[in-house]
Amino acid sequence: MLKTSPFHSHTSALMQANQWRRWAGYTAASAYEMTHDREYLALRNACALIDVSPLCKYQVTGQDSLRFLNRLVTRDVSKAPIGGMLYTPWCDSRGKIIDDGTIAHLGENNYRLTSAEPNFRWLQDNASGLQVEIKDVSDQIGALALQGPKSRQLLMTLTDAPLASLKYYNFVNTTIADTPVMISRTGYTGDLGYEIWLNADETSTKRVWEAITMAGRAFAMQPAGIWALDVARIEAGLIMLDIDYTPANKAMTDGQTSTPLELGLDWAISWKKGNFIGRKALLDEKQRGSSSLLVGLEIDHNQFEREHHELGLTVPYPFTAWRSMIPLHSNGTQVGYTTSGVWSPTLKKYIVLAHLQPKFATPGNVVTIDLDVDRYRRPFKAKVTKLPFFNPARKKDIL
Amino acid sequence: MNNHRYDAIVIGGGHNGLVNAAYLAKAGKRVLVLERRHTVGGATITEEIYPGFKYLIASYLISMLRPEVIQELELARHGLELMPLESTFVPLPNGNYLADWPDHDATKYEIGRHSLRDAEAYDEYSRTMRRLAIALRPLLGMIPPDPTSVTPNDLATMAKVSGLLGQMRKDDFHLLARLMTMSAADFLDEWFEGEALKGTKSTSGIIGTFMGPRTPGTGYVLLHHYLGEVDGVFRSWAFARGGTGALSQAIASAAREAGVEIKVNASVAQVIVKNGVATGVALENGDEYFADIIVSNADAKRTFLKLVDEKDLPTEFVNDVKRFRISSPACKVNLALDGLPQFTSMPKGKEALLRGSIEIAPSIDYLERAYDDAKYGGWSRKPFMDALIPSLLDPGMAPPGKHIMSMFVEYASSDLEGGWNEEKKAEFLDIVIDTLAEYAPNLKNIILHKHIMTPWDLENTFGLTAGHIFHGELALQQIFFLRPSPQWSNYRTPIQNLYMCGSSTHPGGCITGAPGRNAALAILEDRP
Repeated sequence: MLKTSPFHSHTSALMQANQWRRWAGYTAASAYEMTHDREYLALRNACALIDVSPLCKYQVTGQDSLRFLNRLVTRDVSKAPIGGMLYTPWCDSRGKIIDDGTIAHLGENNYRLTSAEPNFRWLQDNASGLQVEIKDVSDQIGALALQGPKSRQLLMTLTDAPLASLKYYNFVNTTIADTPVMISRTGYTGDLGYEIWLNADETSTKRVWEAITMAGRAFAMQPAGIWALDVARIEAGLIMLDIDYTPANKAMTDGQTSTPLELGLDWAISWKKGNFIGRKALLDEKQRGSSSLLVGLEIDHNQFEREHHELGLTVPYPFTAWRSMIPLHSNGTQVGYTTSGVWSPTLKKYIVLAHLQPKFATPGNVVTIDLDVDRYRRPFKAKVTKLPFFNPARKKDIL
Repeated sequence: MNNHRYDAIVIGGGHNGLVNAAYLAKAGKRVLVLERRHTVGGATITEEIYPGFKYLIASYLISMLRPEVIQELELARHGLELMPLESTFVPLPNGNYLADWPDHDATKYEIGRHSLRDAEAYDEYSRTMRRLAIALRPLLGMIPPDPTSVTPNDLATMAKVSGLLGQMRKDDFHLLARLMTMSAADFLDEWFEGEALKGTKSTSGIIGTFMGPRTPGTGYVLLHHYLGEVDGVFRSWAFARGGTGALSQAIASAAREAGVEIKVNASVAQVIVKNGVATGVALENGDEYFADIIVSNADAKRTFLKLVDEKDLPTEFVNDVKRFRISSPACKVNLALDGLPQFTSMPKGKEALLRGSIEIAPSIDYLERAYDDAKYGGWSRKPFMDALIPSLLDPGMAPPGKHIMSMFVEYASSDLEGGWNEEKKAEFLDIVIDTLAEYAPNLKNIILHKHIMTPWDLENTFGLTAGHIFHGELALQQIFFLRPSPQWSNYRTPIQNLYMCGSSTHPGGCITGAPGRNAALAILEDRP
């Protein structure tokens, strides 16, 4: 019953471990190899190719496109020139986040918005009275993420497009293997990386997939699944819908909702562009203060290691990201909860994303988390850390 | 004479009567249940009408059975096994179909085939209904308060009710207020554009009620059915292994274990009332039994207009009972089948859809027309049906390789022009089969035996007035503190020591066990 990505025939040919999962109604690889270790290492040291076609994609056209998008999202979309993209959350009228994604300014009065969840109805409802046309193009556009330090070099062997000077969150239209593609300098890894958008037809997807994988041999490229991506996105402090926040239209209680301010997305709110959905509530919150904040935590690894060694055990590093709500305490009172955590092989740290009450959220503050040590549950120190955990210069550099 | 004396006598061994008896016995009472038929269960029953085939001649699915009843009576230990239905399959006249599954992505895909907007709206709709259900759920287990009364009990309960409503999200509360007074069709129009989706979703608003989807008030009936849950999954419907009769047997077993004595073939003719106090019952065979607590599981009309002498009741109460709306449009059809029906719109590879509900409800218009046909004492020329093939879930329901199909059918008026008789039953049964055969052409070739229960049969067999499966319409003017009568909604009656425990009382019909349990709580308040 799950749909398959337009690259499925190619990805399934590489699958060694039958480790599939579902992503937005599609079948997606968790890891192609028996473990995701090499896939992750390729992401940070060479490059990795990830099929991100399950993203929802909407084309927005018409003379009121900009007005519509600026009404919808928190960022100022007028700041993106043609060829530019931006990341933005969007909210309901209570300022509660519904989804987050990117907007690409494709041409005059022509935009493409991506989201994690279907948003067709929300977009349509909020376009009422405006001259815009919204088309769900999710199934018509395939998307591949090529991420990692070697991604630029690799792509430059396939296209003459000026990738050397392509800035972070810009895109170019070009061809790969005679196939029209749009290459954007975007991704979900917080690293140097690109996303390649193309027509989802069989010929285009085959040509582009084969060209990239063929060229990838020279750059130790590795196809990667969601497990590797998940490690990278936590290192990059990038939030995930359903994991780090519950979208407002899915929440059963107000307590389950979040706002962009709580999620550390203050920078993605434009107060000057005029009204947008949720502005009033967010402004109130800004003045009043948020009731929780998304933070990074570093778990005291020495202590984690010591307590295992005391039992005669080696440390079970959490190489695969976990997604659990574990209570966080300060002086015996719960002051927050975790949303995801993982061992960062790059940083050599056990890192966690968490929601904390603001007065405990100052970098350097220490809270307590209970973790399993073999058959026992033990309290550990977790230190609040500024996000992102990992932010290499190459992410934004140009040659 | 002495062995005819009990602490409590329950008239009628329907599921609520059994639940009531079990709770009273667990509280230490010596309880007798008197059942008119040869077996307990009332309309919660499985019967082998045709050899080898177990028919669901009345109720067929379980959703609203209160989790506290399952726990407190330990019904699982007493043999209750519930199998949630996985899906709904709605074959459409144009050869297409609509389906929903318990899986989010699968349902999104199926609904999205008809409308992308609806696929997204469906999620939000389901969540909103779930939030309303969670907010209202505690009302089901409440003894309704009298809002005009200032007794400590009534004030405390009213405070609880306003507390529940106060906890709701503002927009949810407004929606609830609107939903309660709207028609199911109007409400669904606000959410969806697809005719088939609106059709199948509106059926929750018309099941068991003599109203069309465009009748105001069906919004409430819709919500009523959303209050159901199976193992915490809201809006889930389950088949009990062995049919709903197995549930009655499980409750009866719990009741007997608690010490309840059950007599079958014991038809109560009259409640014995002396000086305004109920003291016992007289059977049709002349036997008399006495108790300090008399509980009627029969509907309000049967209890107060047949079992009790009108002169023992205040006139205004009698008038309330007389005007209690109870006309019924619901029929039940059972088919013994030599194989499985083949639906022309059934997609290849999705035959598992046959294990779920199969609904003939292609649009609101279709259902409203079905209602129009019936409302002046007629029946639908194209009826609405909610069908199920229980033998696909429980092979014990039919011989190996054979199947039974159970169909809930509306509308056929309980007040049929000229009255019901065997010819008319056969005529309507043909209409039902012809209608279904339009979607599954092989149907007529595989029918081994067919059986219909019209409102007339439901009345004759189970003693349900007008055959109403909810013991009276779930209309706004007769729910909660108005059910069955404003002054007497707390399971007590104008006759001292006479109580009600059937679906004519709050929270109304469906297999809930709630009236039975709530009535026991009320009785034990009076006589701890």
